[in-house]
Amino acid sequence: MPHDHHDHLSPSGHPFRADDDVPLSYWQTMEIAVRELLIAKGVTTAREIASQIEAMDARSPANGAAVVARMWSDPAFCAQMRVDASAATREMGFDVGPMKLIAVENTADLHNVIVCTLCSCYPRNLLGLPPDWYKSRAYRSRTVREPRRVLAEFGVTLPDGVEIRVHDSTADMRYIVIPARPAGTENWSEDALAALVTRDSMIGTGLPKSPEGG
Amino acid sequence: MVERVRVRSDMPPGHIRTPAYLRGKTGLIERRLGPFPNPEQLAYRQPATPLALLRVRFTMAEIWGAAAETPTDTLEAEIYAHWLEPA
Repeated sequence: MPHDHHDHLSPSGHPFRADDDVPLSYWQTMEIAVRELLIAKGVTTAREIASQIEAMDARSPANGAAVVARMWSDPAFCAQMRVDASAATREMGFDVGPMKLIAVENTADLHNVIVCTLCSCYPRNLLGLPPDWYKSRAYRSRTVREPRRVLAEFGVTLPDGVEIRVHDSTADMRYIVIPARPAGTENWSEDALAALVTRDSMIGTGLPKSPEGG
Repeated sequence: MVERVRVRSDMPPGHIRTPAYLRGKTGLIERRLGPFPNPEQLAYRQPATPLALLRVRFTMAEIWGAAAETPTDTLEAEIYAHWLEPA
């Protein structure tokens, strides 16, 4: 019979993904009910909710990359970041809100990596929404226990002489990793430097791109 | 002036921001922050006491003992003052 495994593959060769046409969960129903009530009672408007979602979606790792590039280029800004990273980034237009920001800097013998074991605290004002893996139990439980194996799975293998420092974002602080500035980028503009800074390099699970385009 | 502290090894119910894997472990104060309202009260809409928040640095050897992946690697976490005792 023709009912073999090919029936489950799309023309591009990938498995078809089941539609998520399942009933709403209790909390999804609750969220819709509360949202509709807030609009019906004039507490908020559909427009306000939509613009808040747009504002959340507009934040991207480009914000964090601009901060990193400026730290690499501007010693006065760098000094300010070390004293009060919340204020320094707020001046650039990236408000961390009621939380506080700490920038942790990678050096030749120190590599920082960020995790939130209790939930999914993430510097959203600088990096946008967290990737799904950041919120997974595997990443959250393994990063504090075997960070070198986790980093190796991301393609980052560090020599034994480099200390790994894991930052568990347990309370009111938010963290951004400042990767070390790649060699061979002297006299580069801030915009050119920012293009080397990846999201994962600011979480600590990656390194900046190589200036040769690697 | 580096101060050595131990995380209380209690397991109370409620909204606790002190990770279980750090309870009973000893570390060094990296920096002092806050005050911030106590999240254990905030979570239940009770008036929240302002508390100092301390970043404490632990070695992987202290946290995981012989099972540590690299004993000299470190971990830092924010712990509220009422969870710390002198060590």
